Amino acid sequence: MAQTFANVVPPQVRNRRRGAPPATRAGRKMRSMYPSWFYIPAAALYVVLFAVPTFASFYFSLTRWSLFDVHFIGLDNFVQFFSDPQLSQAFLHTLVYAVITSGLKVVLGLALAVLLTSSLIGRGYLRAVTFFPVLVSTIGVGLTFKVLLDPFDGVVNGALSVFGIQGPGWLTDPNLALISVALVDVWKGLGIATLIYIAGIVAIPQEYFEAARVDGASAWKVFRNITFPLSWPATGTVVILSLIGGLRSFDLIWAMTKGGPGFSSDVIASVIYKQYQAGFYGLSTAGNVVLFVVVTAVMIPISIFINKRSVDS
Amino acid sequence: MSSFITPRRTTTVVAGAALAALALAGCSGGTGGTSADGKVEITYLTTNGDDSIATGNALIAAFEKANPDITVTLNTRPGGTEGDNLVKTQLSTGEMDDVFFYNTGSLFQALNPDQTLANLADESWASEVTDNFKTVVSTGNGTYGAPLGTSMAGGIAYNTKVFSDLGISVPTDWSSLVAAAEKIKAAGITPIEQTYGDTWTSQLFLLADFGNVLKQDENWAKDFTANKAKFAQEPALAGFTHLQEAFDKGLFNADFASATAADGSAALATGKAAMYPMLSSAVLSNIKQSNPDAVNDIGFFAMPADKSANTTLTVWEPNAVYIPKTTEGAKLDAAKKFVSFINSSEGCDIQNANFVAGGPFSISSCSVPSDAAPLVAEIQKYVEDGKSAPALEFLSPVKGPNLENIAISVGSGISSAQDGAAAYDEDVKKQAQQLGLSGW
Repeated sequence: MAQTFANVVPPQVRNRRRGAPPATRAGRKMRSMYPSWFYIPAAALYVVLFAVPTFASFYFSLTRWSLFDVHFIGLDNFVQFFSDPQLSQAFLHTLVYAVITSGLKVVLGLALAVLLTSSLIGRGYLRAVTFFPVLVSTIGVGLTFKVLLDPFDGVVNGALSVFGIQGPGWLTDPNLALISVALVDVWKGLGIATLIYIAGIVAIPQEYFEAARVDGASAWKVFRNITFPLSWPATGTVVILSLIGGLRSFDLIWAMTKGGPGFSSDVIASVIYKQYQAGFYGLSTAGNVVLFVVVTAVMIPISIFINKRSVDS
Repeated sequence: MSSFITPRRTTTVVAGAALAALALAGCSGGTGGTSADGKVEITYLTTNGDDSIATGNALIAAFEKANPDITVTLNTRPGGTEGDNLVKTQLSTGEMDDVFFYNTGSLFQALNPDQTLANLADESWASEVTDNFKTVVSTGNGTYGAPLGTSMAGGIAYNTKVFSDLGISVPTDWSSLVAAAEKIKAAGITPIEQTYGDTWTSQLFLLADFGNVLKQDENWAKDFTANKAKFAQEPALAGFTHLQEAFDKGLFNADFASATAADGSAALATGKAAMYPMLSSAVLSNIKQSNPDAVNDIGFFAMPADKSANTTLTVWEPNAVYIPKTTEGAKLDAAKKFVSFINSSEGCDIQNANFVAGGPFSISSCSVPSDAAPLVAEIQKYVEDGKSAPALEFLSPVKGPNLENIAISVGSGISSAQDGAAAYDEDVKKQAQQLGLSGW
């Protein structure tokens, strides 16, 4: 991510950071005001809470670990993790889930942001309502929708039956379960995406819109040629945040389906959790290392691509 | 980062961090034994179900009355795999309660009992427990648990009214069960209740079939542990094929995918469903809560095998109370007193008053009350006739973690019986390797 900032930071700041001679001297004077032991509390917290667990998890991923004793077994856990018959399916589900959620968040978030930045009656209220689901706990949302989507007593199918439609088993039909959870995820996370887009759109100088209006551009043209390209940094942020969220998603899926029915909505994180539940601690730690690598491998090229575009535009 | 920190500073920072880590580690000290006035305080850890808490509180109240210088504090933990992990963590960090309530059989073996638990083989009650129970709380080096609660059976709970109204007798082989189910379906009643809203209930078709497997091959559990017997082969495959057949023939309730164990028990009690493959104690305690009047209409029979001569009831031993090795001195004595109180005749009366008996006790000092549900007598009859066998988890430490989801896949038509059985054979491999068993 360091690269991200390098692209954004203005050159004069960058120079200061790289340490041109005069700046360094000034910097040293600044630093001497703070004795080095001032760093100790923060560094201790960092080491205890972040560095030690990170390295410990890399070590435990190479062991068979029962909490009572530890056997070093090399890469066996990784071999086993990848030979898990459920895993390839879970990988696919994870990708599907991440793509559906981040795609919909971009499209719907942008649409809502355009609507909510226009002069609209009750705009503040509508913005608040859009943002409201973000404030609710994910587990709460999951359990609520589990009740709402119940195929027999649920409100959703009850409403559909008024129109004579027999609603499907949203969470119990193996073909639908994953998509239903993804849609709830979109409902819950859309507020953040909209907020980011609103910030992006508001930051676009009004002169462009005025000029476009003077030229007689249609609303669609304004959107196509001004709003969308100039809110590209916002799109980048939304895509990155929601893709990472989607790849790591666990809590909502666990609250709604526990990866079921059968294994039809299992994602990598839920497979890892199940292995932890079963007492395969080393194996599930190996899974976490794999998840870390996968998320990094997917995100770095995407963030480089998005940042390149935002610099170009 | 690197431009901010010079080498010398790095040393300072690392040393400081190490000091802080030591200081943090020093915070978790142990607690003492007796207090100044000679009173001993111990803790008892049980599961957070209503029944366990009520039983625990009643046992503690009576025990404290009889032993005024001992105080027992009740702590609770979640059930299921969450609770398993908690128990393992508490044991491995040496912070386990002085007495704790936990499963017997394969889950007990995973606690590393020889290293973590106190040997109770010489306690007075130990000679009164049944041999079957002793095997599920023992290793080669000792006996570690005392029973709390009754044994229970896995099989099919049925509504006796529905059966007698339709003139159906208890099926003893699989084909007569299917025939009975078709007849029940024709009468507009759900033949077989399934409740995948509580995922664990999906396993009963397979787990309760184990008595039948053992009847056909008495070495099956041993061979299974040694990686020689497989679920994808007969006789164990039958459990999976029966589950698939029941789904294919449309014998399940319409809401099987989302119904919970409580829904299923209520459907059985009200006669909406005729049969429910389940654990006797679970179905009984649910019905006692939701439809107490219906308890007398519930019967129980073994999961039928293909041939009626092989039909055998699968029985689960009760859970047990254990004492960790970290409990010592006066606390250990108090904990042992509490454990033997639980299995005294007074303790048994308290158990009977609070737990719903789902089968016979596993200790001779306790007996099921005469007003127990009729289902218990039916279970007892199988046991007395020698037509019962312990569940697989008591004969083998190997149990795959994904059985419930695999059973749901087969039972909702997502995968075939053969595929499900093969997937489960793959699933158990992980567990066996984790345990370091040879041959895997």
